[in-house]
Amino acid sequence: MNAPVPTSVTTALRPDLAAITAMIRPGTRILDVGCGDGALLEHLVRTKHVDGRGIELSQQNVNACVARGLSVMQGDADTDLVEYPSGAFDAVILSNTIQATERPRTVLEHLLRIGRRTAVSLPNFGYWKVRASLVWNGRMPRTRNLDYSWFDTPNIHLCTLSDFLDLTRLCGAVVTEAHALDENGETRPMKAFAISNGKMGGPNLLAPGAIFLLKKS
Amino acid sequence: MSEAPEFLRPVKVHAADKGQTVTFGPEQPLKLDCGKSLSSFTIAYMTYGALNVAKSNAILVCHALTGDQFVASENPVTGTPGWWTTTVGPGKPIDTDRFFVICANVIGGCMGTTGPASIDPSTAKPYGLSFPLITIRDMVRAQAMLVEHLGISQLLAVAGGSMGGMQALQWAASYPERVRAVIPIACAARHSAQNIAFHEVGRQAIMADPDWRGGEYQLQNVSPSKGLAVARMAAHITYLSEAALQRKFGRALQNREALSFLFAPDFQIESYLHHQGQTFVDRFDANSYLYITRAMDYFDMAADHNGKLVEAFGDHPPRFCIISFTSDWLFPPAENKSIAHALNAVAANVSFVEIKTDKGHDSFLLDEPEMFGTVRGFLNALADT
Repeated sequence: MNAPVPTSVTTALRPDLAAITAMIRPGTRILDVGCGDGALLEHLVRTKHVDGRGIELSQQNVNACVARGLSVMQGDADTDLVEYPSGAFDAVILSNTIQATERPRTVLEHLLRIGRRTAVSLPNFGYWKVRASLVWNGRMPRTRNLDYSWFDTPNIHLCTLSDFLDLTRLCGAVVTEAHALDENGETRPMKAFAISNGKMGGPNLLAPGAIFLLKKS
Repeated sequence: MSEAPEFLRPVKVHAADKGQTVTFGPEQPLKLDCGKSLSSFTIAYMTYGALNVAKSNAILVCHALTGDQFVASENPVTGTPGWWTTTVGPGKPIDTDRFFVICANVIGGCMGTTGPASIDPSTAKPYGLSFPLITIRDMVRAQAMLVEHLGISQLLAVAGGSMGGMQALQWAASYPERVRAVIPIACAARHSAQNIAFHEVGRQAIMADPDWRGGEYQLQNVSPSKGLAVARMAAHITYLSEAALQRKFGRALQNREALSFLFAPDFQIESYLHHQGQTFVDRFDANSYLYITRAMDYFDMAADHNGKLVEAFGDHPPRFCIISFTSDWLFPPAENKSIAHALNAVAANVSFVEIKTDKGHDSFLLDEPEMFGTVRGFLNALADT
């Protein structure tokens, strides 16, 4: 939320958007936090006839959303989610944004409060190439999707998938669905045991990113 | 309603210059919030563009405190361009090639719509302070009668900045079924203590002018132009920002090389404010200023609904596009945003935009490309659905 997601990321995340779309039930109320230019939200409105709302920080993206006929609030997930009533939405989407928030735990707690289900997609800093990059180069990793120097990255709270699962437990959430993202952005469902032991052995090492569907336990 | 020539007319607007007018007779009185009615009143208005066959492309533009019906065409009194030509006109964000734009002078105004300077038919004298106190809701009620008179059952949108934004909000609350969308810009759901305070300074300046004569200056053929000019000068400061004033004027001197050690205007900002005050008195009536500022002071949408703003907009509110400006300290973004949050709480379709600018409250009248983008995109998406 603290910086617009670059276009390259949005393009690369197409399959991630498709996987999120598959999680959304038709005709429901959806809040897309960090909705970017509104591509996903418009897609959901058109194909799933959802009653969609967005939150977005960048002026350019907000105007793009408004021009698509979407209802979007210009604002920041870190400060604005507190204003939304509990249970106001059937599902809340946080797509490739949690790593850019100032207080990820507070944001996630609000998402779980506002939406009956919460879809979160995020990059995985436990991915083997990221680990290898740090080991071999001795420098903070730069990935295709997060191509920033450490000193000017908007992604201030990077984590591994295992770290994220720890946070979901801290927030009293359970994972009801999980998909690993591969190098090409294709998704495949994670096996239940990979999630249940909290260590995420396979995906935490092998997946560049993941999508989780959460609900309050 | 003819204006008797023996009384002073504070604003020299000739009948032919008012734009179009419609007069509602005693059979269609305007019932006011104060409990009184105007049993006969005139609305002066302008239209731009063409109403389509389905009558579905009408946009009502509401003017601010000192605005008028001349939103997109030359003001006949001042000879200056329309007050919102940045935004309204052919090819502009509110595109008169596509939309039928209506703009009416508000009730209480002085550009042809009935106000305190108009002649009271029951006494054949100017109303002066016998004119009933009006509210934003009364202004909107009169506009709704005009829209009905024009044969339009549902407006595509109501848009306006500042007091015009208040009217847009009030339209959403009073006539949700008669407007598809509203665009309130740089406004609030209530007038703050600070806003009331500034207005009171302006009113006291007018009433302290010996030529105000207890509001009866028209009968005595004088005009409280000094007081009105001071009111305008004080208010004008609130429409700008510290940064904008500093950039435009700084401490630059006016027509001199050094300080004069006198009270004549040394600084450019002084001379600018004097000019603002002096030109204002030629186009505005002092009593209208009292009435309209009071209407803004009384505006509090939550108070009309048990203190709950969420209840103001009913079950099926129109779409909202709320626009604010970061440097607007008269109607700060937080005030605008609180309206959006109230609407979110009732699952309304609301967009909220906070445009980064250092030009202050008057940004909505200026060249603000992001605002143009928001308004254009919102209206086109609305009209296409």
